[in-house]
This record gives sequence, structure tokens and C-alpha cells, in this order.
Amino acid sequence: MSRVLVPCHVKGSVALQLQEITFKNYYTAFLSIRVRQYTSAHTPAKWVTCLRDYCLMPDPHSEEGAQEYVSLFKHQMLCDMARISELRLILRQPSPLWLSFTVEELQIYQQGPKSPSVTFPKWLSHPVPCEQPALLREGLPDPSRVSSEVQQMWALTEMIRASHTSARIGRFDVDGCYDLNLLSYT
Amino acid sequence: MLQEESDLSLIIAQIVQKLKGSNLYSQLERQAWASLQRPEIKLESLKEDIKEFFKISGWEKKLQNAVYSELSVFPLPSHPAAPPEHLKEPLVYMRKAQGSWEKRILKSLNSMCTELSIPLARKRPVGEQKELLNKWNEMGTDEPDLSLFRPVYAPKDFLEVLINLRNPNYENGDSLSFRTHLGLIQVPLKVKDIPELGALGRSASNKVINKKQNMGPRKQDPNQREGEFPRNDSKEKFQDKGCTTGLKHNNPRLEQEKECFVELGLNIGQLGIDDSTQVPPELFENEHVRIGQKVLAEQDSAAAQQYIRQGSPTALRAELWALILNISSQPEDVLYYEQLKTNVIQHDLLVDSLIYKDVKLTASNDDYYFVFEDYLYQVLLCFSRDTSVLSHFAFNSASPPKSYIRGKLGLEEYAVFYPPNGVIPFHGFSMYVAPLCFLYHEPSKLYQIFREMYVRFFFRLHSISSHPSGIVSLCLLFETLLQTYLPQLFYHLREIGAQPLRISFKWMVRAFSGYLATDQLLLLWDRILGYNSLEILAVLAAAVFAFRAVNLMEVTSLAAAEAVLADLSTLKVMPLLQIFLFATVT
Repeated sequence: MSRVLVPCHVKGSVALQLQEITFKNYYTAFLSIRVRQYTSAHTPAKWVTCLRDYCLMPDPHSEEGAQEYVSLFKHQMLCDMARISELRLILRQPSPLWLSFTVEELQIYQQGPKSPSVTFPKWLSHPVPCEQPALLREGLPDPSRVSSEVQQMWALTEMIRASHTSARIGRFDVDGCYDLNLLSYT
Repeated sequence: MLQEESDLSLIIAQIVQKLKGSNLYSQLERQAWASLQRPEIKLESLKEDIKEFFKISGWEKKLQNAVYSELSVFPLPSHPAAPPEHLKEPLVYMRKAQGSWEKRILKSLNSMCTELSIPLARKRPVGEQKELLNKWNEMGTDEPDLSLFRPVYAPKDFLEVLINLRNPNYENGDSLSFRTHLGLIQVPLKVKDIPELGALGRSASNKVINKKQNMGPRKQDPNQREGEFPRNDSKEKFQDKGCTTGLKHNNPRLEQEKECFVELGLNIGQLGIDDSTQVPPELFENEHVRIGQKVLAEQDSAAAQQYIRQGSPTALRAELWALILNISSQPEDVLYYEQLKTNVIQHDLLVDSLIYKDVKLTASNDDYYFVFEDYLYQVLLCFSRDTSVLSHFAFNSASPPKSYIRGKLGLEEYAVFYPPNGVIPFHGFSMYVAPLCFLYHEPSKLYQIFREMYVRFFFRLHSISSHPSGIVSLCLLFETLLQTYLPQLFYHLREIGAQPLRISFKWMVRAFSGYLATDQLLLLWDRILGYNSLEILAVLAAAVFAFRAVNLMEVTSLAAAEAVLADLSTLKVMPLLQIFLFATVT
């Protein structure tokens, strides 16, 4: 195992609010992540470990997990992921069997902006109190009950209409013709 | 945890999507509509009442079986960033190796096509169609001239490809070091040791139970009839019955081992051992048969799978396998089979000749299976036309060969798969079907069972993949077990130039079909279904070597070693497995 840390530095000019990190593993056994956060004062920020020795390959000598896609989320981190200025990924592979190891297709997702608050028109947020409906004659069902049942049935029919089947038809020919050239290599 | 919840909803969504296209969905729909007539179904509590009705009438059990079947077959949904190839096979170098192997097969088929001037596919003239229809039940009497045809490949060609499989990122120096594998397979896949082979069975069954328990009513209810899945009482009973591990050693690793293939343990009754004539049936056999009948009455797939780990009584085997594979012969299935038969009659494929040749070379020459020759044609020819098999390529590292309609090369609307099911048969392929003929006599049911067995298990035996049940892992598991537990034998065989894998490969590729006696083979395939894994093939191969170790130590050449292991027809599978797993001195 190499003692020289291969730097994998992600430096942002804007403070990062980390939500998710996605990457494709390539024979890395353990991953640690350290971050440096923005501080208000001019004191140099310290490196904080937010993920320690996360295991990507349960057996570093074998192929299990060696080329898997991995996602790491905010809630798995040991520290707060707000206002990050630098991110460092530390990859470890203790087995001497592999020629190289790295992570590929690294993608870092920020927290999405909160949806802007919309002011509703007054009549939506403060509905007018409805008048008491006139009492119906005996023998007719309660209108609120009927309306809830009808709503349920409508919901059912909507769901049935929306569902598509993905079953195959089973035809292998094209318009009844299955006269072929040779097999294609591409 | 957030991750697990989203994983679970993804799995549920996937299963629902799959089941929506199935027969069961339309049947459930029809049942639900019909049930509206019943007095106990009230409009206000429509959802609950219908759920209750399904529970009582047994439809929920059918749905449970269908979901269980999907869970067993389909791999877990992968990471959203992963491309579809990743689901087929995560390791890039294996995908490449599979791709080049396939290219070789295609080249071979194309050259056979051009040499013999036979088209890949042609429409049969009407006269020929009528003739074939008349002869359908006795295609074996046909004696076409197949001398010019040769199988596209044989298992030993495939073995050479696997031997040359290399990971480009692996330190494979030319000099012998601790990194070099002593066997033939040189890829560092993770294979289980005897201790872990034990944990196999236990963890697999637990995972499924947990999934079923967690699947409560789903958040968005596109189909209101699916409800909770209660645990099956009879299933609990087996777990209690089969779980006592009597043999305790100080060594904790051996302890774990007992757990795995725990149901094969020395103190647990097995069919294949405890039903022999010397053992009075009251000890085990009668009770086992009684439980089997109860399982069949309950119609629960998961319970059947657990039950069959101790073997299946001959009388119940056909129904048990159908239950585990979730096959019920509906009129629609018979109709589907008839449609496939029509497709066979209408179009003649080059692959048909390969199938004929294979059956004539293998099954027809076998003492046990030659009587089923006609069945084999009826199943395999229809299998080649079945496009529903194409869906398994989503999780198979192989890809179906493509071709274009004559004159329309390169136009995607005229691209088709060849053969329609995407599977090119190799030498010995028909042996996958032959043992099933002992169980099922109705062609459409036999066909369904074979198709399901193929898309669950057999495809892994002839494609290059890193899956634990894939042939590469099985080979590595075999070699590792032999090296670890029979090092002297392994060294000796290696020294005389008889690498053990060269002998056992053909057994594993065919899942021992044609090598073992039929009753023993069926007991072995019981366990494949029970554990939902092919690893037991590698364990049996190692056990056979262990059994004949004394004779093998005395041979001095590959040919002599092959001769010692030529005849496996007298072997009893279960005692061999038990001795190897539980009585080997480490």
C-alpha cells in the first residue's frame, strides 16, 4: 500500500451544501472523506473527517464490490455538510493484488434551492364558511357519504386507466417475414 | 433508514410493473370485479373487503407466490447511475470477454451458414408444413442428413475461454508467486468456503421472509388488491424442525458451516439417505411425505422451497417443482405453447438442425433418456421460438444475436433477434431438458418448467459472469475446495498434468445431467431449487474427487484420471455431499 496520499482535491469557490456524492468504484477498498468548511473569521479552517474508512470492497483481495456504483448521502456523514470549501477523498486499497485503484465518474450533488414561497390569493387561504345545506327528504342517502364513495370509485377508475401493460406480443418476425441475412457482429 | 426505504419502494415498483403484464393480474382483476356481487363487499370499505376476500379465496396466496418468484429470479435494482450493462455484469473485463466469446460463436454460425449454403431461417412451403404437423409427435423417426452440421461449440471450447480470462488490473506476473492461482481459473472472484456454504441457505431464506414482512400496504396504491403478506405458519414449522444443529465443535468455523447447507446436516433426515430400504420409513420418510402433502395443499412457494431442501418424495416432486417455479398450467399457457408450435411449423431455422444433431448425439445415446427423444424436439424447437426468454437477458451477461431482414441491412425497423429466443444451443444443451421428461408428460407443462429452469439457473452455466452461481465462480469454488481440503490430491493431479477442472468442468456445465443416475440427479436438482443456487454443483464435484481420492492418487496421467472418474452412475449424491461438508477433517 502506498504511503503517499494521492490528493483528490475538490475546491469550490462557492460554499457547497452537500447532499449526495455518487461515483463508480474501481478497485478501491476503503474510502474516507475530509472536508474543510468556510469560517466567518480569518482563522484557517481545519480539516474535518466526515466519513471514516467506508468499506467499498468487503474482501479487498477479491472482486466483490470492485466496480460497483456507490452513493453517499448527507445523513451518512459524521459532520455537518453545509458551507464546504474543500473536499478531500482518501482512497485505500491494502491488497497488493491490484495494479491500480481509483474512483470514476465522481458526481457531487448540492442541496436543491428551497422552492420559493408563493402567496396564495385570499379566497384560497381563507375560504368562506359554507352555509348549512338544507335538510333533504328522508330516504335519500347522506350527500357527504355518497360524494366520498363516488370519489373513491373515480380514483379507482383513474388508476385502472393509467396502468399500462408491458407484456410482449411474442412476434419475432417482421410483417410475417423472417428471411435473414447473416448474423451481425455489432 | 432513508436508503432502505427507497430501495424497498423501488423493488416493489419493479415487481408491480412486472406482474402487471402477467396472467395473474388480469385474473385478479376479473376476480375483484366478480366479487362486487358478493354481499360482504361494501362500498365504503371496498379496499379492505376485497383484500379480505382475496385472503379467504386463496388468491392472495397466488399473488404471494408470484411476488416470491419475482424476488427469486430478478436481481435487486441497481444504482440509478448504473447503465443496463452493469446489471448484466458489473465487471467490465468480463463483459468484454463475454462479448468476444459471442462474436466467435456468431462467426462460427455464419461460416457454417455460408459453407453449407443453408439460410439462417426460411419459411416452410405449405406441403412441408403439413408434413411436419403430421409428424409432430414422432420427429425422432426422421433421419435427416446431419453429417455436415457440427455443434457450434462444446464445453471444452468454453473451458479454454474461461482459462484465458484475465483481469487487466490484476497483478499477474509471469513468475509464480502467491498471487498465481494453482488451478486453471485465474480470476480472483469471491467464493465461499465450507463454513460459509452453510450460511448460504439460512441467510437466503431469512432475506426473503424479511422482505415479505416489510411489504405492508404500499404508499401509492395503483393496484388496491395487493395487501400484506403474513408469514406462513407451516414455514415457521420447518425452520424449527430443521434447525437443531446437534454437532457442536470447539471450532466456531465448523459451527457456521453446519448452519449453511444446514438442512443437509448429518442429524437431519434426507431423502436420498434416510429413505433407503434399511431405514424404517417411520423414522423420517413417512413424516416427510406427510409434510410435503401439507405444503402442496397450502400452495405456498416459499414453504415448498424450504421443504425441498431435504429432498422431495418422488410422487410429489412434479407438483413441488411446479409450485416453487410458480408454474400453473392455465389454458393461456397451453395456447401459448400451441402458438410456438405453429411458429416452428411455419419457419425452419438453422438452429433446428443444431438441435436435432445435439439430441441425436447426446440424449438419444443415453440409456436413460433415449425414450424421450420426441419430447426433446417438441420442447427445444419451441424454446427457440419463444421471445419471452429475451427478457432474461436483462440480467444475463450474454446478449441475443442480432440480424437483419434480407435486403434491409442496417435498418433498425428490420432488426430481429436470431434465434427468436436469443439462445444458441451448444453440444449437450438438450441434456438440460432430458431429466425433466421423467416428471412431466404433458408437453406444454414440460416446456414451461424447462423454460423457467433455464431463465433461473441454466443460463448461468454457459455465460461468462461474476455471479456467485455463474460457471466461473463454480469452477473457482471447485478448485478452491479441492485445494483447501484435498491438497495432496490436488498437487498430485496437477503434477501429472491432470488439472481437476478439466475433468469436472463438463459435469458442472451440464449440471451433472447424463453423468449421474436419474434418481440421484433429481435429488441434486431438488437442492438447486431449494437453495436457489448452483453452488451445490461445485461442492458435489469436489465431493466426487474426495470419494475417489485413493484411486486418483495412484494414476499417472490425465487419461487414467479421466478413466477413474468416467462412470458416476453408481454414486449416491446425498451421502457424498454430507461427508464432504460435514465429516471432512480440517
